[in-house]
Amino acid sequence: MLTTSPAFKQNATTALADAGLQKALANAKAGFMQKRARAVAALPEFEALRDLGRDIKNHTIAHLDFYLDTYARNVEAEGGKVHWCETADDARRAVVEICRSVGARTVTKGKSMIGEELGINEHLEAAGIEPIETDLGEYIIQLRKEPPSHIIAPAFHLNREDWIEAFREKHTELAPGRVLDERKTLIDEARTILRSRFLAADVGITGANMLIAETGSSVIVTNEGNGDLTQTLPKVHIVLASIEKVVPTLEDACTILRLLARSATGQDFSTYTTFSTGPRRAPDLDGPAEYHVILLDNGRTSMIGTEFQEMLRCIRCAACMNHCPVYGAVGGHAYGWVYPGPMGSVLTPSLIGVDKAGHLPNASTFCGKCESVCPMKIPLPKMMRHWREREFERHLSPSAARFGLGVWAWFARRPWAYRLATRIGAGTLGFAGRKRGRFGSLPLAGGWTGGRDMPAPEGETFQARYARLRKQGLV
Amino acid sequence: MRHTPPRVALFATCLVDLYRPTVGFAAIKLLKEAGCTVVVPEGQTCCGQPAYNSGDKADAQDIARSVIALLEPYDYVVVPSGSCGGMIREQYAALFAADPEWKLRAERLGARTFELVSFLVDVMGMTGVEARYEGMATYHDSCSGLRELGIKGQPRALLATVAGLTLAEMEDAEVCCGFGGTFCVKYPDISVRMVSDKVERIRATGADTLLAGDLGCLLNMAGRLQRLGHTVRVRHVAEVLAGMTDAVPPIGEGQARQGGAR
Repeated sequence: MLTTSPAFKQNATTALADAGLQKALANAKAGFMQKRARAVAALPEFEALRDLGRDIKNHTIAHLDFYLDTYARNVEAEGGKVHWCETADDARRAVVEICRSVGARTVTKGKSMIGEELGINEHLEAAGIEPIETDLGEYIIQLRKEPPSHIIAPAFHLNREDWIEAFREKHTELAPGRVLDERKTLIDEARTILRSRFLAADVGITGANMLIAETGSSVIVTNEGNGDLTQTLPKVHIVLASIEKVVPTLEDACTILRLLARSATGQDFSTYTTFSTGPRRAPDLDGPAEYHVILLDNGRTSMIGTEFQEMLRCIRCAACMNHCPVYGAVGGHAYGWVYPGPMGSVLTPSLIGVDKAGHLPNASTFCGKCESVCPMKIPLPKMMRHWREREFERHLSPSAARFGLGVWAWFARRPWAYRLATRIGAGTLGFAGRKRGRFGSLPLAGGWTGGRDMPAPEGETFQARYARLRKQGLV
Repeated sequence: MRHTPPRVALFATCLVDLYRPTVGFAAIKLLKEAGCTVVVPEGQTCCGQPAYNSGDKADAQDIARSVIALLEPYDYVVVPSGSCGGMIREQYAALFAADPEWKLRAERLGARTFELVSFLVDVMGMTGVEARYEGMATYHDSCSGLRELGIKGQPRALLATVAGLTLAEMEDAEVCCGFGGTFCVKYPDISVRMVSDKVERIRATGADTLLAGDLGCLLNMAGRLQRLGHTVRVRHVAEVLAGMTDAVPPIGEGQARQGGAR
């Protein structure tokens, strides 16, 4: 997938000026937050579950080789096939080969962020295979030819008007004068269109919310049921999953499921939670004849043993972005790659390089809200700071900022010079601003005064006044 | 019961030193009222957070070492800021993760370091203040104080005892104001948008006064309120609790406009 992460700042400015986007963000965001809060309040053991979830994932990541081996062995024992893919290229090749081996012309797809990471749709198209997104949100953005802006609600950035417009433009086989103004009519229309595609598809591709080592199962959670149709109707089911999705046992998976839906959508459980284990067996009424798992690394093993290892606990619930004031202001596309919001600000530099994604870990106030709602207790701000340290070490941060910081640090380490400089600075600004109390603009402070006045200092520094009053015996 | 009053080092913070010395004197007054002996150790500059959050670990460590050495001799360290307090209390030890000696010193100091209002309530057991302030105030929960140090009820409990003051809660009081240290100048568009949302919440309460415990957030919110021409009086919570609001006009208001009238 192409990245516009280096242009984050411009992307953000554009997003802030986009009235439609701002409306969509405001509508969607509040709902997610309220629903999560209600679900969490209704479950007294939620905090204890977070600790448990964190411990399960920490244990798994610490023994990742063992659990991946176990998982793969069990998949194959059930008649499935695991494709170990170190890079995105390996994974794309494997997917296209499987599709070609059965002469696939169309592929239905469930929602998959790994699919986005691979840019799998473009590659399928290039290979002459038509991919059809079946998740409603993914379907609309496929019609609009744009990437998702959110990891569980791909069309987070759209309003109902955008849906109606896209449906009218693309569903040309339907009556142009039809009424499309309600959510239900839109869903019904998508369902009608998609139904025939489900039946015609040769291959179904889904993601996986988890992989279970002890059973060799993949798990998907959905609210539309489209994922189930995607994986049971075609002859071949391909699961796209990254290596950190594995958990040891079915019970561990259930613990994490209790956290996942509550954190994501505020549901106790998603409408559909589906476990797939191997291809169809003789007595099964339905299911694919072939079951493949694309097990993707794509840079994740290089995070193990670094300060970013904890990021591998992420279960992609999107609570961090749902609660992030920066995401809420600019939306997901501004981040410029697959994963937006706080989790993206940590993960994206790991996967595409901090030289390209350097803005992301900087565009945070470290307000800490993300960490406070993360079901896996991932210390997201801490890891964003680690990225800033890597950038600083590699001299990737802007030279003006480095220079300013250097000057400031020089003074901060020398109390005598610091006292002198602050006395002069506070005195000058305090004197200049004493009448009005603030400045509308100041040299070198355009970043601040572009949208805010700059309050004037009182004039005398605290330390100077304290020393003076102390000498006079007044304090 | 304590027989000798605790010796408290006041770490004023660079923003209070530079911008709002009255907050430092308000802190001294409140600490004395709570029964502390207050010392302002000479040679204090900044907690090092700008370097720390910019990825400049070496400078942050240098500064942290001198702050630790300066403040170690006291029973407690009190900081009129949740952000700088959190830096010393929580982050210094993380900064020295690979240096056992300094890590230990950082942890020992961190355990004795508190943000001002939470120190007054949680450590000194203060339940009320002798202060008067005429007005309706709304209180913004600054992020570090709230999420790093658990400051939420303490300022409200003390403000409830200020004569003449009523407190009106704003919606999203716990949502970041968009200051974020260098964030506010590195990403001004996003920052201004965040503080504009905050200003709307403040205005919706009808409060004539905005209070918070962190000067960075206060400068940001005052700057945006005033840019938009709103007459909300903005003050550090310590000024009100210490009854020192006559000593200085609200943040961003000049001598001519004391009291916020216009």
